[in-house]
Amino acid sequence: MRTVLLIEDSPGDVRLTLEAFREADKSIDLRVVADGVEAMTFLKREGVHADAPRPDFILLDLNLPKMDGREVLAHIKEDEDLKTIPTVILTTSDAEADILTSYQLQANCYLSKPVQLEEFEGLVKSINDFWLTKVKLPQQTHGGRT
Amino acid sequence: MNRNRINTVLLIEDSPGDVRLTREAFRQVDGAMRLHVAGDGVEAIGFLRQQGIHAHAPRPDLILLDLNMPRMDGRQVLAEIKGDEGLKTIPTVILTTSDADVDVEAVYLLQANCYLTKPVEFEAFESLVQNISEFWLKNVSLPRQIRSA
Repeated sequence: MRTVLLIEDSPGDVRLTLEAFREADKSIDLRVVADGVEAMTFLKREGVHADAPRPDFILLDLNLPKMDGREVLAHIKEDEDLKTIPTVILTTSDAEADILTSYQLQANCYLSKPVQLEEFEGLVKSINDFWLTKVKLPQQTHGGRT
Repeated sequence: MNRNRINTVLLIEDSPGDVRLTREAFRQVDGAMRLHVAGDGVEAIGFLRQQGIHAHAPRPDLILLDLNMPRMDGRQVLAEIKGDEGLKTIPTVILTTSDADVDVEAVYLLQANCYLTKPVEFEAFESLVQNISEFWLKNVSLPRQIRSA
């Protein structure tokens, strides 16, 4: 079973993403955190997230409260243990500067959220079809804890 | 995001059969894209750094990289790309026959953007290249960086 961590503060986008993933593959274990600080706590298995699973895949919004997505991305990709987790940016921004900065920080790919509901669903489905079905993800051999 | 632009893809692959299949599968999805091919790692780096006969090479929007190649292997090419401030932003997709976990782990550590295993079956291979083309050239926002030269 694949574990996906969605780092997203908009309840509407969380709900849409959950529904689109479930339609595509019911066995996905989708975890949600709503800000950057909580995302890092989850990934480092601290406090209330002490028993959190290591995600196979991360979907990261850029504009988040407390710690923004660029900072979360930088932390993930500087961490020897976390950097191998494919991290895909999913954001409303389509600014060239955000795209370039994300790739400089070694985001695995950058996707702009479509405004239309159906297109958004289609994009989430394509993420599932490509990243969780076709792509070979790293095995869970990290970190000691299971 | 990329609909108004002609995409340039660099395929780094030593097998002529796989080059041909990849070219055909890409063209079926996006007839306007430009596919450049480097047959080994040394040539790939020459192309990316615009050296020698590659002085006028375009900057690729996407790189497809095989792992097992003559002269300089794919892991070394990947390390060169991701260690270069000017090149590291180019999404680099590994496309290889290997499905060994050590290879998968090693290339994600080197910051490959994604890892795909080549299917043995002809039709499955063609369909995978179409998936790559659909996802990376149509859905993904690719960086539009002006070359620093």
